[in-house]
Amino acid sequence: MTLPDWVDVGGFDEIPARGARVVATPSGDVAIFRTADGGIFALRDRCPHKGGPLSQGIVHGESVTCPLHNWVISLETGQAQGADSGCAGKIPVRLEGKRILLSTAAISVTAAA
Amino acid sequence: MKQRLVVIGNGMAPGRALDRLFEQAPDAFDVTIFNAEPRVNYDRIMLSPVLSGEKSFDQIVIHGDGWYVKHGVMLYKGCKITKIDRAARTVTGANGIGAAYDRLIVATGSVPIILPVPGHDLAGVLTYRDLDDVEAMLLAARSRGNAVVIGGGLLGLEAAAGLREQGMNVTIVHLMPTLMERQLDPAAGYLLRKAIEARGIPVLTKASTKAILGTRKVEAVELADGTVLPADLVVMAVGIRPNAALAKDAGLVVNKGIVVDDTMRTSDPDIFGLGECAEANGACYGLVAPLYDMANVVAAQLLGDEKARFRPAATATKLKVTGIDLFSAGDFEDGKDREEIVLRDAARAVYKRIVLKDDRIVGVVLYGDTADGAWFFDLLKKQADVSEMRERLIFGPAYAGGGPLDPMAAVAALPDDAEICGCNGISKGKIVAAIAKQGLTSLDAVRTHTKASASCGTCTGLVEQLLKGALGDAYKAVTVQAMCPCTELGHDEVRRLIVARKLKSIPAVLHELEWKSSCGCAKCRPALNYYLMATWPGDYEDDSQSRYINERVHANIQKDGTYSVVPRMWGGVTNSTELRAIADVVDKFKIPTVKVTGGQRIDMLGVKKEDLPAVWADLSAVGMVSGHAYGKALRTVKTCVGTEWCRFGVQDSTRLGIRIEKFMWGSWTPAKVKMAVSGCPRNCAEATCKDVGVICVDSGYEIHFAGASGLEIKGTEILTRVKTEDEALEMIVALVQSYREQGRYLERIHKWAKRVGVETIRRQIVDDSERRETLFDRFVFAQSFSQNDPWAERAAGHDAHEFRPLADLTLVAGE
Ligand code: SRM
Ligand SMILES: Cc1cc2nc3c(=O)[nH]c(=O)nc-3n(C[C@H](O)[C@H](O)[C@H](O)COP(=O)(O)OP(=O)(O)OC[C@H]3O[C@@H](n4cnc5c(N)ncnc54)[C@H](O)[C@@H]3O)c2cc1C
Ligand code: SF4
Ligand code: FES
Repeated sequence: MTLPDWVDVGGFDEIPARGARVVATPSGDVAIFRTADGGIFALRDRCPHKGGPLSQGIVHGESVTCPLHNWVISLETGQAQGADSGCAGKIPVRLEGKRILLSTAAISVTAAA
Repeated sequence: MKQRLVVIGNGMAPGRALDRLFEQAPDAFDVTIFNAEPRVNYDRIMLSPVLSGEKSFDQIVIHGDGWYVKHGVMLYKGCKITKIDRAARTVTGANGIGAAYDRLIVATGSVPIILPVPGHDLAGVLTYRDLDDVEAMLLAARSRGNAVVIGGGLLGLEAAAGLREQGMNVTIVHLMPTLMERQLDPAAGYLLRKAIEARGIPVLTKASTKAILGTRKVEAVELADGTVLPADLVVMAVGIRPNAALAKDAGLVVNKGIVVDDTMRTSDPDIFGLGECAEANGACYGLVAPLYDMANVVAAQLLGDEKARFRPAATATKLKVTGIDLFSAGDFEDGKDREEIVLRDAARAVYKRIVLKDDRIVGVVLYGDTADGAWFFDLLKKQADVSEMRERLIFGPAYAGGGPLDPMAAVAALPDDAEICGCNGISKGKIVAAIAKQGLTSLDAVRTHTKASASCGTCTGLVEQLLKGALGDAYKAVTVQAMCPCTELGHDEVRRLIVARKLKSIPAVLHELEWKSSCGCAKCRPALNYYLMATWPGDYEDDSQSRYINERVHANIQKDGTYSVVPRMWGGVTNSTELRAIADVVDKFKIPTVKVTGGQRIDMLGVKKEDLPAVWADLSAVGMVSGHAYGKALRTVKTCVGTEWCRFGVQDSTRLGIRIEKFMWGSWTPAKVKMAVSGCPRNCAEATCKDVGVICVDSGYEIHFAGASGLEIKGTEILTRVKTEDEALEMIVALVQSYREQGRYLERIHKWAKRVGVETIRRQIVDDSERRETLFDRFVFAQSFSQNDPWAERAAGHDAHEFRPLADLTLVAGE
């Protein structure tokens, strides 16, 4: 079966401002972030440090602070900021009106493998 | 017999003279002070921060009551001297109290000028000189009404900014075309006006006050052009006049002020004139730096150093309005023989002007960036020839010598006699020597030993640079540690400003306190959320996005992303129903680990996030509530078995522990709070290493606090002993509330106690019963909004989005 390129994962208002929600996918959880000024970003929900769930962190500016050991990860690039290094994979996501669309290419099992 | 020294007036100038005197000869004189103001010596120049709410009066006291006891000084507070009898060598006050002197210091300061316009004596018309004025203004500000400040000089602007901070609508009425015209040129005056107006304070220049209107109290101010400004408060800050009437009546030579020679003696050689009331070389002074020079001369002369002479020096002015940086010194009139160098940077609102005469600096005005003030002022005072560095002079010491230097190097480049602290006239050399000789390592130590940065505080940065230079990396700036990189303000300042400016939301704080980031960071947001909640219970709506995950979902995150659940077991006591419910939940949700915690209760570890609401629903069904094991909140109250069972128990420790836990659970605190109650001094509940502990004794309860047994180990301090359970509860609640109000976010009780002082806390909680009761009441009020079980709320559907994925694509995409 072929999938469309983008899949609707929910409404913009279902994510609190400066917050995040999780989308379960075959290649693991994806965290969808909403920033204070309405930006939407998606990263793998795994901190490059020790796998902490980034969706549970505090969102500030265009970054999230990991709940386990406070690494700060850029939402735009998935890169750890400051002295730390590592990357939480970035996943294409976009808004269409008030709906959030996630790229399927990045989340299907084959893509992840 | 010791010589008798009498001082009239207890202001900053004689305070300094006595410091010098006692340093050199503690026993030379029997000192008596008469002060018309009913209080000890305080830092008058810091009244503005008291008015704006950034400091309390306690923080600006120079000599506390203990100082007078220590030095055997007799201080008459609230005693105005009305007569000096030079023949009999006595002084007498209004109420008949007096003293005889061998030497007399007249230091009566100044009186504020009151414009003789109609209505100047109405209630609500104030001047700005002492603490009484500040208190009257604060009282008037409660109305949130209109204030008119007459006078756009230093004092007027500080008063206006303070009243605005307190929530009044303030207008400034100024006679001259630009603000602070005596210290600033028109360009800087213009920038200053823009900055003041940007704070919502309209400025009317070239405006002359015609009358103050009102029947019993002030209602409005009428200007010469007919404008009428409504006013509930009028502050006149139009200048000061040396207070020399008493000296004049005594037959001393008086001109503008009390005439003194360069040894500070008046026309009567046994009487010194000192401070703003004195006129030396035909000039009177209104800033502390020259007054402190006078004070040094008086002290030296009293000790027989006849060579000590007062030499007038140039003075520099800074405005103490938070967020406005302004520095001026010397004379900046235009003139044929003068040249000027000007730098403007409109984008940063920076303006700098240096006036030169014969290649020497005669005047400096800095606006927006005053970091180099001390350096320019030093060149000015020394009359240094600047022709060599003229081209780069305006860019400051970092560039004047050649290539750019960092700020450390700029301070290092200052000569030893460069003045660092203008208020106290302390040079760089003195500070550096004190650091080396006395092994000083902190800003506070430098303050106590040298007085540098102990008055208005604007030189704090420079002093810190010197400490850094001397100690290298060993120096850790401790004073105002910024909360986080988003701001320069420290925790205490932010808390005070939240109260003073009535800030009630995180966006309001970020905006009003000019955060450097768009929405804070993971360090400041949780702290702000706590401060707002603790300051405005009921008013402030908790921002869960500013809470750490554990507090957001009310469970502890584990390393694999699962959670742990710890229900309350009041005082460590449980029963078969609770245990059965726990057992059932463990089976039903296949919870991998069940463990007894170090806090006398049970932890279920490895619960999946999606399961949390259902786990809680089952626990709620038998009445179990959240244990807040995840929160900066009340954790456990451990108990021992006490009189109920134990053969040694002297009070019912279990009952008291449960009572405290039931009273205080749900309250949020700066950091976690753990308590324990032991039934006798054998202390089986380990109460003497807790944040708060109680040891039961025969006669009642010994209350302990400030223990630690985590990262640090520290035995508790005893707060007090009380007789009844009720009293014990009241003490503990008041103590915790005080901590809630003063503690910095993440600062445990023992650290707070170390910072504030155990003695101070005892005084506030134990000795001051009124304060204790109001603290208790405030805690109870706050509890009415926080004693809701967060688990029951979430089991009922609150914040459901936290526990469910937004979407599940595993089925669709996996096919
Ligand atoms: C569960 C428990 C260990 C146990 O199995 O016994 C425990 C578990 C944790 N403790 Fe603890 N502490 C536990 C009792 C203690 C005690 C003993 C006590 O409370 O009597 C202490 C020493 C007393 C004290 O607090 O000073 C203690 C001192 C700490 C500290 C050091 C705090 C400090 O300021 O010195 C931390 C780290 C921190 O808070 O930053 C900490 C942090 C933690 C954290 C929250 C680590 C973390 O950040 O994830 C652990 C959470 C595990 C979880 O999810 O449940 N835990 N921890 C105990 C729970 C008590 C309870 O019922 O609420
Ligand atoms: C709000 C404010 C802000 C200021 N800001 C600055 C600043 O930033 N920088 C700066 O350098 N200067 C500043 N000043 C000025 C500075 O505070 C004064 O120059 C200094 O305090 C004067 O000290 P003094 O000892 O001469 O007089 P005062 O401190 O005025 O003390 C005189 C005392 O004598 C008492 N007294 C008067 N008559 C009698 C009597 N007959 N019997 C008994 N007691 C009597 C008075 O009650 C008063 O307490 C500021 C002043 C104010 C009011
Ligand atoms: S002692 Fe360390 S490992 Fe053990 S529970 Fe406490 S924080 Fe965790
Ligand atoms: S797992 Fe994210 S910081 Fe350690």
